[in-house]
Amino acid sequence: MKYAGWILIVLLLILHQDVWYWDDPTLVFGFVPIGLLYHVGISFFAGMAWLLVVRFDWPERLDQDETSGGGPTQ
Amino acid sequence: MTPLIVICCYLALLLLLGLFSSRLFRGTSADYLLASHSIGPFLLLMSIFGTTMTAFALVGSSGEAYAEGIGVYGMLASSSGIVHSLCFFVVGVKAWSLGRKYGYTTQSQLFRDRLESDGIGLLLFPILVGLVVPYLLIGVIASGTVINSVTEGAFTDMFAQYDYGVPPWIGSLVVSAVVLVYVFFGGMRGTAWANTFQTIIFMILGVVTFFLISDRLGGVQAASEAVLKKHPSKLMRDVSPDERKAHAVETERWKNVANYNWLVEQKKISLSDEQKQAAHAADPVLVAKKLPPWAVGFEQRRAEAAYAVEHEDLKAKLSDEEKMRAMLAQDDRLESKPLPASLDDFHLIEFERDDDSWEARAREYFKASIGHPSQAEQGKITRKQAHGRYRAMRWAPEKLEPMPKLQFFTYLLVPLSVGMFPHLFQHWLTARKASNFKLAVVAHPLFIMIVWAPCVLVGVWATSAMMPDNPRASLVPPHFPPNAVLAYMVKQLTSEWLTGLLIAGVLAAIMSSLDSQFLCIGTMFTTDVVVRYAGPNRFSDKQKIFLARSFIVAIVAITYLLSLLDVPRVFTLGVWCFSGFAALFPLIVAALYWRRLTAPGAYAAVLATVATWIYFFAESDYGRNPNFAVWGMQPVAPMVLASLGAMVLVSLVTRPPSEATLQKFFPK
Repeated sequence: MKYAGWILIVLLLILHQDVWYWDDPTLVFGFVPIGLLYHVGISFFAGMAWLLVVRFDWPERLDQDETSGGGPTQ
Repeated sequence: MTPLIVICCYLALLLLLGLFSSRLFRGTSADYLLASHSIGPFLLLMSIFGTTMTAFALVGSSGEAYAEGIGVYGMLASSSGIVHSLCFFVVGVKAWSLGRKYGYTTQSQLFRDRLESDGIGLLLFPILVGLVVPYLLIGVIASGTVINSVTEGAFTDMFAQYDYGVPPWIGSLVVSAVVLVYVFFGGMRGTAWANTFQTIIFMILGVVTFFLISDRLGGVQAASEAVLKKHPSKLMRDVSPDERKAHAVETERWKNVANYNWLVEQKKISLSDEQKQAAHAADPVLVAKKLPPWAVGFEQRRAEAAYAVEHEDLKAKLSDEEKMRAMLAQDDRLESKPLPASLDDFHLIEFERDDDSWEARAREYFKASIGHPSQAEQGKITRKQAHGRYRAMRWAPEKLEPMPKLQFFTYLLVPLSVGMFPHLFQHWLTARKASNFKLAVVAHPLFIMIVWAPCVLVGVWATSAMMPDNPRASLVPPHFPPNAVLAYMVKQLTSEWLTGLLIAGVLAAIMSSLDSQFLCIGTMFTTDVVVRYAGPNRFSDKQKIFLARSFIVAIVAITYLLSLLDVPRVFTLGVWCFSGFAALFPLIVAALYWRRLTAPGAYAAVLATVATWIYFFAESDYGRNPNFAVWGMQPVAPMVLASLGAMVLVSLVTRPPSEATLQKFFPK
């Protein structure tokens, strides 16, 4: 599952480049243009993909080694 | 007056919130600039989202959809949903971690430390500030414009030249002052609270507006079906054959009018009164006598032009050069560059509009009708309506072009700009812990969807909606300024209260970006210039807060004064700035993840960005050509490639930073 979210993100980046609904004005449910609905779906699945990433590939150690402070050295 | 009252109440509420959050101020510079790294997941999500979404979120999304159709959602919104979260995760979390560990407040500090180079900080500082300033100006100018448009008629005998509404310079001044007060007193904590409050406001108002407008248009189905019938091209990214045909006929008719008007002006043609009467009698629109009185003069000219084409061989009377000049004159454009040799190479849009005088001509034409908005029933119109009528009747038909595929695909690189926004960098550093980013990473694409999808639909509906009390008249006339479409629809279709509330939402979106940008530039001047070169121990903590506040006051004042100068093409410049930030994205990623990045490599990336930016900006005729593309791509694509290529090549042939520095940033 570690890579599931990342695979989905790459897939979404590819699917984002849709040419198949370029000239299709069909209204889905009688009011949503299909090209818009498709990209709303991309947004929704982007949220889901990032959920998988933060669930299974989050760098947990960052919260553990945050404590040491100090100013910039330069 | 109601919208003005609503806006004043909203601004007062915001001031109260700012003053409340200042009570939580802990009195240290770390608290003032970074809220003591204490921001939780919800506040982080809302402040990041509010900062990222400018006025563009509400008015820009609907305006672009009105002009370009539903394709803008894929180009601007769904792409941002994926890429912004990628920036938060890949850049934001890592930058937060290093900032927390080594006490960074700005990007320059990180780059100086990482590359052992003082010069890179010095080089980046003016570039980052230069790229943020147009963005700030847009917010300040837009706030004055929206307040003016929505308060028309609020005064009975003052500000006639502003349609009796609040003058834009006062609106911008008040908004700048409100933002200044809560940023000045509350610092980053005040900004985060204000952003959260304002983000909630503009998200709720966006959705409420969608439902109210759809209801007034007869429901979502009726509104969309009207578009399918009249402008199906707005429901896709191509142009429907029927619309293309109708557009060609309309354009031909417009060219005839342009030619006729030119010849009349040059006294090369003169129809007799009998000929004019015959022309008017042959025009079905004039015969039907359904035109409003103000439109009759324009239609008569069209009828005469059609008559001249038929009986006087109009086209043969003009050379190609004269035809081009005729079109420029009819479209109120200047001969701002040499005319091409052939009519086929002539593109009207590439010539600058004569903004200094067309509005005056429009007001002169309608001078007898211009009056107070409350006199609408007596036939009086506002100055803005006079401009609108003039544009609608005189200018060339609006462009009807498919969305270029390669430009759509390469636009995906523009949202990378978020990874280099200095104001967002500062927000990232406010997080209490790394895991607080999780909510922002996941919810950001969904929030974009919630705000953008309804606004895009409303914008598309605007292309085909009719007046509720006159089904024969279009709700939005041709050449209507796209960014004003949403406020106009709300004003026409809903109550004054809702109009006031929506504008409060638009101001919320504007101010939630302005505040972070003001604070960020103030922080950069304090940290990267004064404290950096005076020495870290030169100033006490209280003096640092004083310095930051002084810089913020100065920046707000300078931005406001610049906004009064009517900077040409500032909105176009703003869009170009995003490309500049995006081209610097490879640099921040390399600094965080690539051990081999060297200071000369970083210089090369910055210089490649600057060089390509200047070159392409000049090639686009300094932003005048809105269709400018590089081999069919958005200019951002070659800019990112140039920056990346220069950085990698130069880094590989130069000496990397010391092992101690690499160990610090990439511990094994």
